[in-house]
Parts: sequence; structure tokens; C-alpha cells
Amino acid sequence: MLSIHVSKSRTKMNDTLLNVENLNIFFKSDKNPEPIHAVRDLSFSLKQGEMLGVVGESGSGKSITNLALMGILGDSAIIKAQECTFNNKNLLNLSEKEWQKVRGGEISMIFQDPMTALNPFLTVEFQLVETILAHIDCSKKEARERAIDLLSQVGITSPADRLKAYPFELSGGMAQRVMIAMAISTSPKLLIADEPTTALDVTIQKQILMLIKSLQIKNNMSVILVTHDLGVVSEFSERVQVMYAGEIVETAETKKLITYPHHPYTYGLLSSRPGAIETKPKSELPSIPGIVPAFHHRPAGCQFNPRCTNAQNDCLNQTIIIENGLRCLHPMAEK
Amino acid sequence: MKIFFSELYFELKKNRGAMIGVVVIIISVFIALFAPLIAPHNPTEIFADALRLPPVFVQGGRAGYFFGTDDIGRDLLSRLIYGSRISLAVGFSVVIIALISGTFLGVIAGFYGGFTDRIIMRLTDLIMSLPSILFAIVIVAVLGPGITNAIIAVSVVAVPNFIRIIRAQVMVEKNRQYVFAAKLFGASSFRIMFIEILPNCMAPLIVQASLGFSDGILNVAALGFLGLGAQAPMSEWGTMLSDARSFIESSPWMVTLPGICILVTVLSFNLLGDGLRDALDPRLKKQN
Amino acid sequence: MKFFLKKFLDLIPTLLGISLICFFMIRLIPGDPVLNLVGERGVDPVRYLEMKKSLGLDLPIIQQFWYFLKNALHGNLGTSIVSNNSVWSEFIERFPATFELGMVGLILATLIGIPMGIYAAIKRNSFFDYFLMSVSLIGYSMPIFWWGLILILVFSVKLGLTPVSGRIDLVFDIPVFSGLYLIDTLQTSVLRAEGLTPFWSALKHLILPATALGTIPLAVIARMTRSSMLEVLGEDYIRTAKAKGMSKTRIVYIHALRNALVPIVTTLALLFGSIITGAILTETIFSWPGIGKWIVQSITSRDYPVIQGGVLIISFIIIMTNIFVDVIYYFLNPKMRN
Repeated sequence: MLSIHVSKSRTKMNDTLLNVENLNIFFKSDKNPEPIHAVRDLSFSLKQGEMLGVVGESGSGKSITNLALMGILGDSAIIKAQECTFNNKNLLNLSEKEWQKVRGGEISMIFQDPMTALNPFLTVEFQLVETILAHIDCSKKEARERAIDLLSQVGITSPADRLKAYPFELSGGMAQRVMIAMAISTSPKLLIADEPTTALDVTIQKQILMLIKSLQIKNNMSVILVTHDLGVVSEFSERVQVMYAGEIVETAETKKLITYPHHPYTYGLLSSRPGAIETKPKSELPSIPGIVPAFHHRPAGCQFNPRCTNAQNDCLNQTIIIENGLRCLHPMAEK
Repeated sequence: MKIFFSELYFELKKNRGAMIGVVVIIISVFIALFAPLIAPHNPTEIFADALRLPPVFVQGGRAGYFFGTDDIGRDLLSRLIYGSRISLAVGFSVVIIALISGTFLGVIAGFYGGFTDRIIMRLTDLIMSLPSILFAIVIVAVLGPGITNAIIAVSVVAVPNFIRIIRAQVMVEKNRQYVFAAKLFGASSFRIMFIEILPNCMAPLIVQASLGFSDGILNVAALGFLGLGAQAPMSEWGTMLSDARSFIESSPWMVTLPGICILVTVLSFNLLGDGLRDALDPRLKKQN
Repeated sequence: MKFFLKKFLDLIPTLLGISLICFFMIRLIPGDPVLNLVGERGVDPVRYLEMKKSLGLDLPIIQQFWYFLKNALHGNLGTSIVSNNSVWSEFIERFPATFELGMVGLILATLIGIPMGIYAAIKRNSFFDYFLMSVSLIGYSMPIFWWGLILILVFSVKLGLTPVSGRIDLVFDIPVFSGLYLIDTLQTSVLRAEGLTPFWSALKHLILPATALGTIPLAVIARMTRSSMLEVLGEDYIRTAKAKGMSKTRIVYIHALRNALVPIVTTLALLFGSIITGAILTETIFSWPGIGKWIVQSITSRDYPVIQGGVLIISFIIIMTNIFVDVIYYFLNPKMRN
């Protein structure tokens, strides 16, 4: 049915697709002479075909990391890393031309609010076809056919009619499906989904996540699923990393992390979900007191110490390093 | 209210353009107030031996006439200094007239809505559908030329801006809790409109007042230039420009100087208005 | 369709209001309306009564207004006191001059202002950005009548590059085709007889007044384009376009500019009014034989029928332009079409 052949190097499941070592992101600002240190010593890797869940409250640096991986963080950002390789390419010294090939071609991204992420002045067809034409060598007609095929792949009925629609004529769930179709239109190796369901109705959320999951498996695509909801991650991703104030605080296989959260923050996130841990009936749902510290008011020592139930004196002044996927001196005891 | 102004001043101080505007405005107000003390000559005094003298710093200039003299031998510097009196007074009157009537009509339109609102808005549409100068010309044509009539005409033209801004703000404010609270306590409509709601509409009003000042000065000067505003021998800048036109080849300073005075005054009020808008509009503040 | 019908119906009260203003204008002027209309030359009593009757001044006021409207709709706007020509024919004679001046001024302003605004937005906070914003604020505060005089002073008096007044050198006799000299001078008969000289002459006459007239619109357009562009460039869908690997040029021109143009078009409509205001002043300075100069002259000579008719036509044109802009807006913005 589809006449275009996209070269898909079938990498094995165990091959590392993305490897990030000690990524640091700073922001220059007019007000402070010192650049703001937004993301600190972030290291993680991602295998081909794997889904990694990234969890954290807003302000934890997860979206900034994603934008840095796409190279669209803007001029005020300074990005430093020991290593940042994607598909054997060093992302740190790509030219703008090379970046344009990677963005949308090899790494795609979908965003939180599909209604604002699609250009309201251009039709679905225009936005889809332009993406395909930018990355795949084919005619306009072939691109259009591919667009129709993609729309039916993401579960949109009568896709040919929908092509003519403007984004504001679509419902939120429909628009997110279009975004997904656009993101996978170039058969990327990596899909970054930045809170893809936060702006949607609860009933639609699961459908969208299932869709992403099925596309991941079908296309052997890697996915970074960013969310602030541990429950979402626990159902869909193979591995989870929990971020707090610009650092990874805990990372493990999903099942292990959900069953035995070690970091007090992870524990707090889990227990603030209804039904996640055993509580007395009708008791108040636990919550983590306080908020994520602002970028320029970071505490000394462990970043979580002002809100932590386990905090002791040694948490207050020394920099805590991540060991065996855990950045904590006084982890929760295993039950 | 006091906090509002001190915060406003704090925001404004960060804006270099606005501060330049404020300084220039203060200087012109000073010049206008003390014109008789500063001006070297009487602005209408004719020196028959000094016709169309160039400024002192140009060849042929004569000491005592710093910016030279005009076609009938009046000292240009003195006329410009007295001109600032007229321009500032004109701007001030236009803003006061337009502000008071515009606020009154805008508050009523926004508060009552319905028929009252429709009538008032139709009127503003009507005035706004004509270019301001043309409408002012029509009014002056009916009332006859002269500085007072020019001020009236320009004020009428300026009113719709105030009405629209206030109306929009009142329509938002009237649905707020404090208005319901005031109603529950049995406050009269008048009290709710002008004591409860109006102070909360200050921000856009202040910006518009500043911009209205510059529009007013510019429009009255334009009418003066067309011979419909201030009449000779009044030393109004627009009228002076109009008189100087015939001497553009021989005495360019007569054309240049009054225009620069208008430009600088109008510019300083625009700078202030822009600065005020940036300081008061939180959405714009975030963007910059 | 419903949209246009509604727009059109909205017009009626405004048009009625303006007619009412023009109608009462003459009646509000102190003194006898007939005497106002015939001017200061005076009139014998028989002629006075005749005029009063022919003007319908002996009828009740409502009926008078009705006749005024009816005549206006038939293009009968009265007769100039000064020239004895009908106001309509005087208007038609002068309109092309103003149209040519205004259009060239507005085109200059758009062609220069939009690219400058875009560039300033892309290079935000650069030296060019600050420079452009300062210059445009000065342009915005400029008394246009002074600016015109300064242009004359520099380009005509000092440099001798351009003529001071008029539309074309008087030696040329150009047959009227469109009334726009830039077009009429390119007619084959003219080209055969005189070559391109008349065209250059027309252009030389036009360039200064058009520059003077276009300055304020230029400043407004540049500022508006910049802020509109900055707003759009901060939108989520621009981030999407970047994430799709679109080039910077494509993002600016395909994804941002179109959306940013919508408020700019609205601004252009508002500028049309300021073009007319500007024309009144510019034409006076450059002795440009258009409707602006016509109106100003008619005020000095107390030619009330001309003021009345002129204001009525001009406001009609402006209202029509606003409708036209609404139509463009409608086609630019897909949301409006649904």
C-alpha cells in the first residue's frame, strides 16, 4: 500500500541508542551575573526499542533536558556534557544543518498541549506533508498518501477528510493523534513524549498512551515518556528515572522501583497516589510538603533535604552522588 | 493608591526611555512655568532692525537673539519658550477634558450595559470612523478658528479612546467579588461605579492620559499649522511653522526650530506612555 | 455570507450618523444657512427665497434631512460656492491625486516596515532592534507637517533633487486614463511623444510627499510587525516546527509570518484613516492638488457645501475600507471562516 521505503536500520534491542554522561544545562540571565544551573550531572542511556519513563514535578528539569536533546533550547542556554551521543552521533557539535536532519527525522517530539502545538493557520495536511517532505525524499503526492496512512495508523477515522481540517476543528485527543502521526511520520528512532496526556480528558489519556506503546513496539522505536504521574509510567515503561530539582534521584526498572521505592522522594510520589500504598480507610491522602526549590534558590547538600522526612545532618552540606541508581544517604527501608 | 504609585515608579525607573521622557517633561514644565523669567525678550515684541536674523551660532547671527528672529523681527527663542506654555497647557486641557468626559461615559457604558452602552458606543464608533484631524476640522469649521475651539475639537476627538479603555476595564471589574460585596452592603450605583470600580481602572487610564497628551499637542499644532488653531500673534509652535513656510528657502531656522520643539515634547510623552504601559501591563512585562 | 451581511447592516447607523453630522454642520454654523451657502457676496431677496426653497430650507427639519440623504445617494452633494461646480465633480477630479499619493506612501511604508519589523523581531535585543525601535518612536512622534517641510528643505532647497510642489512639470499634457500619473505617463501615446521623461517627472514630484506621508505609517507598521512577530515566535507551534526540523527561514516565513500578519492587516486599516489625515497636511505643504488641499481650501474660503460633501465622501470611503479589511481578515484567518 505504501510505496515509500524508509531505510530502517534494524538495530538489536540491546544496542544503546542514546547515551548521556554528566549533562549540565545553564541559563544566562540579565538579572543574575551567575548563570542559573538548571540541570546537574545528568547521566542516562537508552536502548533501541526501549521506553524510559521520566517522572518529576514541574521545575525538576525534565522538559529542559528534552529540549536540549532536540537542540532547541535557545540562545540563553549553555549546554555542557562529557558525552551526549545519539545513534553514534555526537549531539554536542552538530551544525544547524545537521540538527535539522536529526530533529523530526531521527528524534521526534510531542508536546503537552496539542491544541497550541499545532499551527492554527495551517491545515493538518500542510503540517504533516511538510514534515515528511523535509526528511524523506518523495513526491508531494506520495507524502500525502503517507499522511493519510499515518492518520489511520493513529486511529483517526476518515483520514482523507481530516487532512483538510484546521487544528481548531479537532478535539484535543484527535489533535494529539495528529501530533503523534506527525512525530512518527519520518520513522524516528526516538520519540520524546513530553507529558503527552496532561492536557487531555482522563478518558482519552489511556488511549493515547496505548497508541504510543503500540507504535513503540511496532516500529521498534525508543520512547522517552515524560510525566509527573508515576502511575502512567508504571503501566507503560520498562525503566523509570525520577528527577528532582535538575537531578536524577533514583532510577531503576519500573517494577522494582514501584515495589521498592528507595528514595524518600519517590516514596512520597508513590504514596500521594490514591491506592498506591496501604493506608487506613478514609485517612487523608499523604502529600509531600513544600515545593520544588526555584533554580536560583537551591539548598546546599541534598536538594530534597528541606522536604525530606528522613533528612539528617549529613544531608545538609555534602554533595550527594548517585550510586547504583540512587542519590540518597538515608533511603527508605525495604519492607 | 500610594503603594500603586511607588511600585509604578520603581518599575518605571528601570526603563531608560521612560526616564528620559520624564526628565524632558519636567524640564519643559519648568520652562513653561518660568517663561517670563527665562525668555530674553517679550515674545510679541518687534525689533524692526532685526528681521529674519539667523541664530547666533550661524554666520550673520547677532548676540541677544540666540535662535535668531522671525520675519517681523520677533525673538525666536522667546517665542519658542512661550510656545511651550501653550503646548503644555493645550495638552493638559485636552487630557483633562477627554479624561473626565471619557471616564464618565466609559464607566456608565461599561457598568449599565444594554441600551445606554449601545448609544455611547455608537457615538464613539461614529467619531472614530473619521480621521481625527478631519473630524477636528469639521468642528472648527462650525465653531470658527481659534485656540479654544481647537482644544475643544481635539478633546472631542480624544474622548472615544478613553471611553473604550475604561468601558472594557469596567466590564471586567464589575463582575468581581468586591463589587458584589459593595452591592450587598447597599452601596449606591454611583458609589460602586466611581468609588469602588474606578480606582481599579487606573492603570490603562494613566497610560492613555500620557499618550493622549502627545496626541493632543500634535493635533492642536496641526490645526495651528492649517490656520485653524491659534491665531497670530500667539506664539504657538504649529502656527509659527505655518508662518515660517514662505521663508523656508531664506530662513530655514524658522521652520526647523518650532518643529524640533513639537517633536521633543511629543516624543517625551510617548516615551513616558510606552514606559508606563510596559510597567503596568504584566503580560508585556513577562515578554521583555 | 451571514458575516458580511451583518457587517453591512452594522454600517447603516454609522453612515446615518455621519450624514446627520454633515447635515447639521451647516445648520449649526452661526448665521443664516442660505447666506452661509451663497457666501459673503450677498443675494437679492427674490433669489434668497428661491434658494431657500430649492435647498428645501422651508420644509420641516426631518423632511430636509430626508431630501439631503436622497440627494446624497444620487451623488448630488450640492454646488461649490467658489467654483460653482458640483461638489461631486470637484471630488472626482481631485481624488486620483490623493489616491496615488496615499497608495504610494502606504506601499512604501509596508514594503519597508514589515521586513524591518521582522528583522528586528528575529534579532531581538540586538543593536538593530534598539535602533529601529528608537527611530520608529521618533517617526511616530513626528509632526508630519514639519517633517514634510524638512524634506523640502533638504532635498529640494539644499540638494535641488526634487521639485517643491505639484504633481508633474506643467509642460507635459497628459491625457487622463486612470488619473494616476504614474500610470497615465506610461500610455503609449505619451511614450511615443515624450518618452519616459513625463514618468520621471511625475515620480520626482511624488517621491517627497509620499515619503512624508508614509513616515508615520512606516513607524507604526515596523513596531506592530515586531511585536506581533515576537508574540507568534513565542507560541508552542513554533517550538513544534523547530522540533520537526524546519529551517529558520521556513519557520519565520511559513509558520510565523502569516499568523503575525493578521493584526498587521488590522493596523493597516486603521492607518488608512491616518493616511487621510496625513494627506490633508501633506497636500497643503506640497501643493498637491488632491482632496486634502481641497478641504483645507474650502474651510479658508468658507465653501460649506464642499466641506459638507467632502467630509461625507471621505468618511464613506474610510468606512468602506474598513469593510474591505474585514474581508481580508476573514480570508487570512481560517478560524473566522467557520
